[in-house]
Amino acid sequence: MPTVVSPRGSLKEPEATHGADLAQLPPEDRTLVDRLRAGDEATFLAIVEKNHWAMIRVARGYVASEGVAEEVVQDAWVGILQGLEKFEGRCPLRAWMFRILINCAKMRGGREARSVPFSALESESSGGEQRPVETFRPPDDPRWPGHWARGPERWTEERLADAEALSRIRAEIEKLPPNQRQVMTLRDIEDWDSAEVCEALGISEANQRVLLHRARTRVRQALAIWAAEGTP
Amino acid sequence: MSTARRQDIACRELVEILTEFLEGALDEQLRTRVEQHLVLCPGCREYLRQFRATIGATRKLAEEDLPPRVRENLLNAFRDWRHGG
Repeated sequence: MPTVVSPRGSLKEPEATHGADLAQLPPEDRTLVDRLRAGDEATFLAIVEKNHWAMIRVARGYVASEGVAEEVVQDAWVGILQGLEKFEGRCPLRAWMFRILINCAKMRGGREARSVPFSALESESSGGEQRPVETFRPPDDPRWPGHWARGPERWTEERLADAEALSRIRAEIEKLPPNQRQVMTLRDIEDWDSAEVCEALGISEANQRVLLHRARTRVRQALAIWAAEGTP
Repeated sequence: MSTARRQDIACRELVEILTEFLEGALDEQLRTRVEQHLVLCPGCREYLRQFRATIGATRKLAEEDLPPRVRENLLNAFRDWRHGG
């Protein structure tokens, strides 16, 4: 039986308020919360389906395997359901769910006695920096400092439509440090807006953009390297 | 590149602020400089195209299929909770 991690305390929902009126919540979220509280299975399954893979990917940043990530998601759901009665709707439902998930994942990751998140270890041990395909002129270049020395090679549409391109993207995202992986997963795979991602991860807009940019830069570079490999 | 101007931002700088550019987070002046640079620099135009293509392709990784075992486990957790959890 997985350990239940209570969302209380870490999420600043006052203990005294039961079934708060959720006034600050968008109407569609309020409907979902009402239905969940009423025990509606179809609503529950719809939310699970919509978020399961994002939850797995986010959890995977803290724990050693996909199997453990699945257990973390299961634990998180128990915490979410138990916390539902006290959920006040100060942030969107999804953001609140992911905050509980991340707490569960961190606790589980800590129990696995890893001071460094697992995927950070992986990316460090996988041979460090990729060698970029493109290069810039040096800052003291007499005519064009910091401009392209060797610019990006053109990608064809077919190349990117290749299933192999998608598996390269997936593999590269898995190698990112957890915070970059989380932001890119939620923004670019799951299509969340930036405000919601900031709420879920407890980070500023500026920090979120930095993480997202690093992640996208790395993934584009991996694709460029792959595209260059395939060119005779 | 041959027509780039002295006050132009360098390609190296431009690639560092593309997410801010795409998010509309740059101030007016910097955004204008990025736009002007892009008009003049085919290398950065291609880079931006690839950056956008990467974002577009990443979106295709979204999945909704729930493995039956996961579905069953979570549904059981939901029923446990509903019946007095």
